Amino acid sequence: MTTPLLKLDCVTKVFGGIHALTDLSLEVAPRQIVGVIGPNGAGKTTTFNVITGAYRASSGEVTLDGRTITAEPPHQIARAGISRTFQNIRLFADMTVWEHLLVAQPHTGSMLHRLLPPRLANPQALKRAQEVLEFFELTDVRDRPARSLPYGLQRKVEMARAVTARPKLLLLDEPVAGMNHDEAETIRRLMLKLRQEEGLSILLIEHDMAFVMNLCDYLYVLDFGVMIAEGRPDAVRANPKVLDAYLGQAA
Amino acid sequence: MVISTYYAGLFADVGILMLGALSVYIILSTGQLSLGNGAFMGIGAYLASWLTVVAGLPLTLALVIAAIVAGVIGIVVGFPALRLKGIYLAMATLGFGEMVRSFFLNFSAMGGSEGFHGMPHVSTGTIWAWAAGVLLLVMILENSQVWLEMRAVRDDETAAGLVGLDTTVIKVGAFGFGAAVAAIAGGLFAHHHVYIEPGNFSFERSIDFVLAVILGGSTVAPGALVGAVLLVMLPEYLRVLADWRFAAFGALLIGMLLVRRQGLVDRALLRLSFLRRAMGAAT
Repeated sequence: MTTPLLKLDCVTKVFGGIHALTDLSLEVAPRQIVGVIGPNGAGKTTTFNVITGAYRASSGEVTLDGRTITAEPPHQIARAGISRTFQNIRLFADMTVWEHLLVAQPHTGSMLHRLLPPRLANPQALKRAQEVLEFFELTDVRDRPARSLPYGLQRKVEMARAVTARPKLLLLDEPVAGMNHDEAETIRRLMLKLRQEEGLSILLIEHDMAFVMNLCDYLYVLDFGVMIAEGRPDAVRANPKVLDAYLGQAA
Repeated sequence: MVISTYYAGLFADVGILMLGALSVYIILSTGQLSLGNGAFMGIGAYLASWLTVVAGLPLTLALVIAAIVAGVIGIVVGFPALRLKGIYLAMATLGFGEMVRSFFLNFSAMGGSEGFHGMPHVSTGTIWAWAAGVLLLVMILENSQVWLEMRAVRDDETAAGLVGLDTTVIKVGAFGFGAAVAAIAGGLFAHHHVYIEPGNFSFERSIDFVLAVILGGSTVAPGALVGAVLLVMLPEYLRVLADWRFAAFGALLIGMLLVRRQGLVDRALLRLSFLRRAMGAAT
């Protein structure tokens, strides 16, 4: 097997005596699309927060490309190549779509460079922003305040912002929550295209089972902070433990 | 026509207040409210005065040095202070302001409670040259990459960190820049009034800066100019109301916050006025 891009090794996160995550280990290989599923409160978003540095793991280790990132601050982890979106969309309240794409660019220039307008500070950034704008079909709303857009487009802006910096790994927290089938299908198509064109790996949390089963190469199932199953989607679907803990609820 | 000394004085006050308001605006652009910029103004006033009176430096050089020193102090104070958020930061900056004021009160080398004088007088024109220069600089910077990053930090600090922005450096940097601008305001104030005392740089001074920003517009730099004009001139125009003028001023302020929280000037209004000018030029 190839070396994993992201690796969580026995990660535990305790909040005041409550184990939100217990000995969680998972891997994402380059160009792999991996899903994390589980009932509400299973620790899925906590996992994302530990990976991105918003929380520090109580014990265990997170590595990206072999480099330990467990104790690094969020902006360093982001610069190392991990981007994310949020379950409840978090856009910059007072910015246009275009500004979202410019501000999320990797930091190449010196401090003095950044005193210049974006088009002079980093000409490559403009090209990249334009590319991402077109990729997510946001050209028509380029100069609109992102917050004024309909929900589905706001989700796309958030993904576009996350992708602009050319991350190695994209974390998506419920990317198609509240979307209808067609909208979810558009997102699925875009994610596959991103992997193909940019070699991106994706780790995602989602409750929409059809979406997860159709998109993911591999699944991890969490329940009460503990991994109860993992495997290829069809195998996970048939796992009695999973049916009991998660899918069983709906049946 | 020669404007009267009285109006020239008011005019100078507007320029100094605008610089103070800008110093608050710069820090506010990263989402931090400072109630201690009167202290940075005081540091600038005392240091610049010492430099011109005792060290014999020309005013311009004194102002530049005062701005740099205050900026560094701002950065040093900013590191611990900016770990606090919202109202706690506001309280910490307030505490810093009182600390600086009582320092100058006990600092006998610069006159202590008796104040300090002997500075060369600076003209209203020079004050406005500085004020306009700094306003222009801030307006240019508003189009920069780093200002975009400051707005991101203000809008959502967590999300800003997760797109790779070093939010601490951005916030502390803005704090230092704001402190430097406040120090310039202080240096000009000292050389305009040619007499300073610790009471000039009290909490009320810091509040004046914040009020000007809130009134004029807290999302664009020209808001500081409009706010300073309003704050100095409105009480003058309300003179007909005699003793009630400050009450009327307060009512106006509350009314403004109710109907236009972003202040009088915002980006949409600026765009509109540019558009109108462009159309006027075309016809």
